[in-house]
Amino acid sequence: MNAAAKQDSKQGFVYLPLIAGWLVPGAGHFLLGKWGRGALLAASILGMFAMGIAMQGKLYSSAHDILDILGLAGDLGNGLLYFVSRVMGLGADQVQVTTADYGTRFIVVAGLLNVIAAVDAHNLRTGRKA
Amino acid sequence: MTHFTAVLLFALFASVVFGITQRETPKRMLRYGIYCFVLFAGSAIVLSWVMFLIAR
Repeated sequence: MNAAAKQDSKQGFVYLPLIAGWLVPGAGHFLLGKWGRGALLAASILGMFAMGIAMQGKLYSSAHDILDILGLAGDLGNGLLYFVSRVMGLGADQVQVTTADYGTRFIVVAGLLNVIAAVDAHNLRTGRKA
Repeated sequence: MTHFTAVLLFALFASVVFGITQRETPKRMLRYGIYCFVLFAGSAIVLSWVMFLIAR
């Protein structure tokens, strides 16, 4: 990153890459000009989420016990993907086929990976990571 | 899709994210990503054999 770009990235709302990265996978890195990293992160997280949906994985909508709470927290890590999928009625309400159990885990892990990616974008923004 | 294909894709996606987020230079990212992928896939194969032998 050259000096002008580095100066530009230091201006503005410091949490913007974190929030953008959470809402849209890879967006935090795109905002910082890390196009290659952002594209790879987006492809991985979107791919994992899409596979989870394709395997008829469950999207957690309510929490009745501790496992549901953890699942819902993981799903929420997907940001807009989760909310748009809920609105569109994607994902299963109940696990009915064998692959759906794997699909549910794929969706939860995609959310957790997205949180890691968003935090990485925040670390890049604050200079904690080069 | 077989279970093993699902394991490999899971390992690939997770390794890409781990590699990019946990290391700073592209070369070290690649090496760490490959390391994570081998550990994911390798541990699945080893555990599968362990469960197979226990079930006999």
